[in-house]
Amino acid sequence: MSEMRGQGAGAGRDQGQGMAARQGQRAAGASGAGQGQQGLNPLARNMPTQGMQSGPGADRPRDRQRTFGRLTAYLRPHRALIAVTAALVVASTGLALLGPYLVGLAIDRYIVRGDLPGLWRISLILLGTYTLAWLAEYGQSYTIVAVTQHVLRALRQDLFGRLQALSLRYFDRHTTGELMSRLTNDIDAVNRVLSQSVVQLVASGLTLAGMVVVVLLLNVWLALGTIAVMPIMLYFTLHMGRGTRRGFREVQANLGRLNALTEETIIGVKVVQAFRREPTLTAEFERTNHAVRDTTIRAQLRMTLLRPMLMVFSNLDIVVIAGLGGWLALRGMVSVGVIATFVLYARRFFQPLLTLADLYNSIQSALAGAERVFDLLDERPQVTDRPGAVALDSIRGHVIFDRVDFAYVPGVPVLKDVSLEALPGQVVALVGPTGAGKTTVVNLLSRFYDVDGGAIRIDGHDIRDVTQDSLRRQLGIVLQETFLFADTVMENIRYGRLDATDEECIAAARLANADQFIQRLPEGYQTHLAERASTLSQGQRQLLAIARAILADPRILILDEATSSVDTRTEVHIQAALLNLMRGRTSFVIAHRLSTIRQADQLLVISDGRIVERGTHQSLLAEGGFYSRLYKSQFARAEVLTQVAAPAMAHRGSASARAFSPSKQDV
Amino acid sequence: MKSISRILRAMRPYRGLVIWNWVFMACLVAADLAIPRMLQRVIDGGIRASNGAVILESSLIMVGLILVSAAATVGITYCAVRVSQYVGADLRRALFARVLSLSARNLDRWQTGQLITRSSSDVQQVTQFVFFTGRMFLRVPLVAIGALVMMVLTDWRLALIMLFILPAAAAIFLWYAGHAQPLFMDVQRKLDGMNAIFQENVSGVRVVKAFVRAAHEVERCERANTDLTGRSIRVGRFLAILMPTLHYLVNLGIVFVVALGGLLAVRAQLSVGQIIAFNSYLLWMLMVLGHLGNMVGFISASAASAERIYEVLDEKPAVTDAPDARPLSAPEGRIALRDVRFAYDGHEAEEVLQDVDLEIAPGQTLALLGSTGAGKSSLINLVPRYYDVTGGVVAVDGHDVRDLTLHSLRGAIGLVPQEAILFTGTIRDNIRFGRPDASDEEVIAAARIAQAHDFIMAFPQGYDTLLGQRGVNLSGGQRQRLAIARALLLDPRILILDDSTSAVDVETEVALQEALAGTGGARSSLLVAQRISSVLGADRIAVLERGRVVAQGTHRELMAQSPVYREIYDSQLGNGASAEAKA
Repeated sequence: MSEMRGQGAGAGRDQGQGMAARQGQRAAGASGAGQGQQGLNPLARNMPTQGMQSGPGADRPRDRQRTFGRLTAYLRPHRALIAVTAALVVASTGLALLGPYLVGLAIDRYIVRGDLPGLWRISLILLGTYTLAWLAEYGQSYTIVAVTQHVLRALRQDLFGRLQALSLRYFDRHTTGELMSRLTNDIDAVNRVLSQSVVQLVASGLTLAGMVVVVLLLNVWLALGTIAVMPIMLYFTLHMGRGTRRGFREVQANLGRLNALTEETIIGVKVVQAFRREPTLTAEFERTNHAVRDTTIRAQLRMTLLRPMLMVFSNLDIVVIAGLGGWLALRGMVSVGVIATFVLYARRFFQPLLTLADLYNSIQSALAGAERVFDLLDERPQVTDRPGAVALDSIRGHVIFDRVDFAYVPGVPVLKDVSLEALPGQVVALVGPTGAGKTTVVNLLSRFYDVDGGAIRIDGHDIRDVTQDSLRRQLGIVLQETFLFADTVMENIRYGRLDATDEECIAAARLANADQFIQRLPEGYQTHLAERASTLSQGQRQLLAIARAILADPRILILDEATSSVDTRTEVHIQAALLNLMRGRTSFVIAHRLSTIRQADQLLVISDGRIVERGTHQSLLAEGGFYSRLYKSQFARAEVLTQVAAPAMAHRGSASARAFSPSKQDV
Repeated sequence: MKSISRILRAMRPYRGLVIWNWVFMACLVAADLAIPRMLQRVIDGGIRASNGAVILESSLIMVGLILVSAAATVGITYCAVRVSQYVGADLRRALFARVLSLSARNLDRWQTGQLITRSSSDVQQVTQFVFFTGRMFLRVPLVAIGALVMMVLTDWRLALIMLFILPAAAAIFLWYAGHAQPLFMDVQRKLDGMNAIFQENVSGVRVVKAFVRAAHEVERCERANTDLTGRSIRVGRFLAILMPTLHYLVNLGIVFVVALGGLLAVRAQLSVGQIIAFNSYLLWMLMVLGHLGNMVGFISASAASAERIYEVLDEKPAVTDAPDARPLSAPEGRIALRDVRFAYDGHEAEEVLQDVDLEIAPGQTLALLGSTGAGKSSLINLVPRYYDVTGGVVAVDGHDVRDLTLHSLRGAIGLVPQEAILFTGTIRDNIRFGRPDASDEEVIAAARIAQAHDFIMAFPQGYDTLLGQRGVNLSGGQRQRLAIARALLLDPRILILDDSTSAVDVETEVALQEALAGTGGARSSLLVAQRISSVLGADRIAVLERGRVVAQGTHRELMAQSPVYREIYDSQLGNGASAEAKA
């Protein structure tokens, strides 16, 4: 049974389908040596702290203790249930120990002496003992499940809440995969600590202690002989464990490489096929794959040999019991019943030892996971509501950027001394090359990030003095990268305003020119996007995002390349809707298609983090600077082409040579 | 369970190891089962008969048996670890190769995450299963049968208790096996739902923040979380009773042995040694039942994993070489589409392309223009055979592309996809992706044409700059230009640009097009664009509307003949814009 459990734990470690395996293993854990569980809190002290898994920082052990302390805080609300579980653990451990003792007693007192009434009596007592042990064992598994799951639930909820509170800077630094791993692998690790490790630790400790005491009471000499095998085993366990950890770090590194390669290839499979890189990639994969296989074989051999070898030792103990016990019995120093009890104990004796040996590693890794969970919970949002921040309500939409400086990474300024003013209802267009800082302006206005220098004011309020929620409620943002939820089209639009009716959602979709294509979807507005997201084109996704913003009906509208993937004819239609939408609202528009922004009240040209030109379309054209060059490069070719003689078009070489450099000729 | 047997078949290449495994297993079980027998001998023949020699002899035999079982254990573990890891590695490779061989039509059905899970955690689960099988598969029945035989040999009357224990255990297992699976699946589904909410909120954090929906999302999470917790508790409680009950069954056996055995011993029909030995065998039975108990969950989880793996492995690539496919040699780059029809799987009724007829002469450029969802990208995908047409023919140099080998066809095409996907590695590696042996000069030349050289040189490490996963440290426009350089390095006869300059600013795009035209030579190009300025230089322009070509010709012709084209033109450059530009 013990070996099986070791495997169960192994299977559980690579979560994924975990539940079945995990539960199986949990159940196995509950059975353990045929008894005990639970205990939790008091055990914190028993935790081995020496020889921690090497990790960064010398204060690891203390961190682990602190982590354990944090975990117990989550357990506190379930004190009563935990107490019940603990009582059941003690009870089942005691009862399980009592069984073999009674068997020995039955042999010595009644069977050997031929006392039948006594035999019936003790058989009934034995039956009662085992029945109670069964109930106690079941009871502890039953109660610990609820405790564990409620703690996990609280942890997940806190994690989620923390993620919601964190600012974008945090998400810039951490990949989705990393954060998902907190939720899956690390929460799973906590699950293991709670549902098995801790419980087993207590149960095994209790069993071991109880057994040593009983065995010593029964027969000192035989007990000492039996226990003598222990040091050999301990040495074996620790020695193998150390090598195993090293080996598994190596495995982990190789596995990381393999997974990265797999992920990248799957995402880019089309490119791989287009460039016919399959053979090279397969060869590379094969190399890493073999490295994973071979390092795993080495590491796993060490790890998995441990348990069966310890089982062998448990047989060795039976030899000791037989040999030494026989010798002692011949001298009348031990009874046959005691030998029977020892034999029954021998298996159970090693069970907790095996469990403890295993637990050392699994608790370490589980606590490391828990630690990562708490690290995330401890993460402070960079953008927070200042104490006493007021709610911003019914604004007019007067936006001022006052000498704003900003850098995503210290030392690499993205915006330098940017000042601008948008009067209520004005349309401000931001123009400039990729990476000039246009989107950053939007990010700062939405307070996704805080400015490093200067201030942003809306209707005279510094946006750091108002609550984030109230600020963002005034903003309608359509982002460059549209994000749709795995829900119906209708719900995705409704995301703009949760209390909107279906009719309002449809009206918004109409205004955004999305109604047409939505109607053509198989289930119209009820089409579920999870299954069909890939068949929505980028442009269609943008239309949905626009509908969402229309529905939100904000005071300040921000369009960050909102129509970049929409074709221009559709855009003309949306434009009308957008113009409608912009009327009476302060709007910020970023677009690299200049036709989109000709009518703006103000055009700001941003280059290298500074505003280099400002004015209206007409005035900037007249100025003949960056904007007019940009504008002409986009339009001039059309002019030339319409002038180029038709026959020249037939001979592409010469025609296109002229056609491609018109901006200079034409100006 | 069919998938389980396939996994077992996957072990076939390692038959030798498996057989050795069985041999070791037989030794181990024999040695293990012999030990209680020796114990009985010590008690009855030694202690009760006061014979020291028997005690010593039996003890020595036991030591020998232990050595055998130790050696066998090492052997078993070695075989099991090796076989399982080899099978795991084989499965990973098979999955990887399969994914690479699948065509877009197949891949549409899968999400990236699904494929990744399959090649990581599912494979791991199966590997564990194989390992498990190696160590336990034969052992469990051997120990069970062995223990049973030994029990009967020890005393057939006591062995009768097994007539109660075994059917009871079997009933419990059957009942569990029937109920556990749906419960597990249920929890797994809830867990997936929970993970999906997290994933969405992490990827869509900006939208959630922008629309101030944190409270709504927390509530959504809370619902899923509570649901998951409830189900998990139910499964946990369901499982909680299994192991204690199995223990109880065996313990009942011990009670029976003590009572009945005691009675028989008192009547001198049974020895004390036999009672003790019998109890030992009962403990072995307990081990067997414990294993089986664990297996209930483990096997069904492994079967589910195996099924997911084989689902991918069994996927037949929708696009493959025809049996008599010929290579495309010395391509000229003439592309023709004749009466092409196309529909995506599961949406056969909505044809994305209908009766499309297009022709590109060698060296010419055809531009595709049309509204979102008109079918431009679908059309482009047909040329390198990412998808096959559902009707009509796509031909290159007069050959139906389905008659050509994929390798030679794709070798003639340089493709710049809509989404510029880059790979971990240096910028140089990324440009050399299609031709790892290209010289630095060639790489730089391609980068220059793609207007990427300058920004590359602006990085401190230049071409040796390491790109993060998918090129996260580059802007969209920069990624697109690298993707263009990557395609140009192939010096392909056919260049396909799928709206691949959408994030490049106009000035750069103009420079890019000039450079492309200057080096074009005999290259045929097929390009999709949103900006009309991007298509003006093309030899021919085709306007797509709802999957049909509604007009084609030169810019001039289209301006004169196509109202749709004029509308597009006006939307971008018209309305007096051109007049202003001239000013």
